[in-house]
Amino acid sequence: MIPIKSSEITPENVYLNRRTFMKGVGLAALGGLAVAACAPAATPIAEPAASTAGTAAPVATASTGATTDELGDPVNSYEQITNYNNFYEFTTDKEKVAGLAKDFPTRPWTVEVGGLVNNPGTFSIEDILSTFEREERVYRLRCVEGWSMVIPWLGFQLSKLLEKADPQSSAKYVRFETLMDPDKMPGERSSWFEWPYVEGLRIDEAMNPLALIATGLYGKELLPQNGAPLRLVVPWKYGFKSIKSIVKIDLVEEQPTSLWMAAAPNEYGFYANVNPEVQHPRWSQRTERRIGETKRRETLMFNGYGDEVAHLYDGMNLAAYY
Amino acid sequence: MTAKLPTLRFTKFQIFVHVAALLPLVVLIIDALRGNLSYNPIQEATFRTGKTAMILLVASLACTPANTLFGFTPAIKVRRALGLYAFLYALVHFTIYIGVDYGFDLRLVLLELEEKRYVIVGFAAFLILLALTLTSTKGMQRRLKKNWKKLHKWVYAAGILVMFHFIWVQKSDIREPLIWTGVLGLLLLLRWQPVRTRILSFRTSRRAGRRKPRPTEPAKVSEPEPAAQ
Ligand code: HEM
Repeated sequence: MIPIKSSEITPENVYLNRRTFMKGVGLAALGGLAVAACAPAATPIAEPAASTAGTAAPVATASTGATTDELGDPVNSYEQITNYNNFYEFTTDKEKVAGLAKDFPTRPWTVEVGGLVNNPGTFSIEDILSTFEREERVYRLRCVEGWSMVIPWLGFQLSKLLEKADPQSSAKYVRFETLMDPDKMPGERSSWFEWPYVEGLRIDEAMNPLALIATGLYGKELLPQNGAPLRLVVPWKYGFKSIKSIVKIDLVEEQPTSLWMAAAPNEYGFYANVNPEVQHPRWSQRTERRIGETKRRETLMFNGYGDEVAHLYDGMNLAAYY
Repeated sequence: MTAKLPTLRFTKFQIFVHVAALLPLVVLIIDALRGNLSYNPIQEATFRTGKTAMILLVASLACTPANTLFGFTPAIKVRRALGLYAFLYALVHFTIYIGVDYGFDLRLVLLELEEKRYVIVGFAAFLILLALTLTSTKGMQRRLKKNWKKLHKWVYAAGILVMFHFIWVQKSDIREPLIWTGVLGLLLLLRWQPVRTRILSFRTSRRAGRRKPRPTEPAKVSEPEPAAQ
């Protein structure tokens, strides 16, 4: 049912190919008219895999090596994934997040699970890592801004964590909260938003097998810029739903108000399902730019995960519940 | 000693303006060749060319008030060039959009067009700049006579459309485009007769208070004016 397991082993040469491909893209962007059709034709240059990303510890249990998602689209390079990040808690500049997050301490780290549950508790990240067995899931990530990547995450199903917490019957929603610490996350000093970052899911969405708590990618522990030490990944929703560096998970009765809903309620709704038919008030969602490619792709309903999640929204007007 | 070498007629200020206007394009080319255009090179190139086009457009609009109100005469000599450079960057900007981003796939472009109002206003501004560029020559100015001034007043409409474009393109934080909209608004205000009269009379009275008048009379405009009075 979940079409996302991985098999072979290769990430390094994929990574190199992608890097040279990027150069092709740069050329094409410039050549405009002339070069548009022949982007990947640059000479391969072997480069060391060093990036500004820093080093991430490999994960012992992790199987890695998927080269494509289930649709056959190649995964993005580790360098792309760890250097192009929307993480407003550090900065709104996607290419500056990695540098600013470099020394962000992810240990010690605790996650408080509470609200309408029978087994509340505060868990250290070590507890979490030893309790839940992790697997690799290759997911497309579609940003509301109109770009996308394919990312080999490492994590466990959110449903497993929720089952352990044992939600009460009155619990209707799950509310997530990011660490609030403006000294370590300088973006949280900006008065433009109401910090901390908050996100939410309906409980049936949260229990869907696709909903993942990721603690790694590319077979390594997460780097801070990707939301270390643990983050949500809900691949059928726009990227901003996948809240990072979580410290608090609460089961609640009322629909939580996310940071983006508070910032622009007419533009960012609670559901935020990827949907080419429902435009953002100021731009279209019909196409997306896959990072590393030139010409745009058409965006897929539910980001291509309709078989797994469409039933969650049976009978709902998705234009009204955007 | 018969052939006369053409004399260099560029002032230092003009050279500065041409270099400054071309520099972003040179840097863009170098960065593109070196694969230095970020992890989202199409967006980076789109942003850079759009921003430069916008700044050059605003700069060209600042030339007339700089001359007539503040006596900065060199400004009038670079006004047309600034307007033409603005169009050049807008053309590259547009070409990246159609040619690289959408791979000349008109179906994809049209699929989205009605949901992308920022593209519609951007395109309207682009068409105005195109019309002004095509009529920017002295010959055209002569041929169009009075209509030329009327036509070139549309540069303000282009400026306003570009600001809408700039604001609507943002994801959330619109402070930067609002600052530029403010600059454009200020420049528009400076064309307003009551404001102009006040500034000019203030300057005249200050000058009268000095012993030696400073040579700050506005230059007589002898070349085509991309912006009307
Ligand atoms: C010809 C039609 C035009 C099209 C199709 C177009 C398209 C675009 C696109 C796609 C973006 C970036 C959106 C994004 O990736 O989020 C953009 C940004 C921008 N464009 Fe245009 N544009 C056009 C005309 C113009 C003109 C005439 C100007 C100025 C003279 C201009 C100035 C800008 C500016 C200032 C930005 C924002 C740059 C930034 O945020 O740093 N555009 N435009």
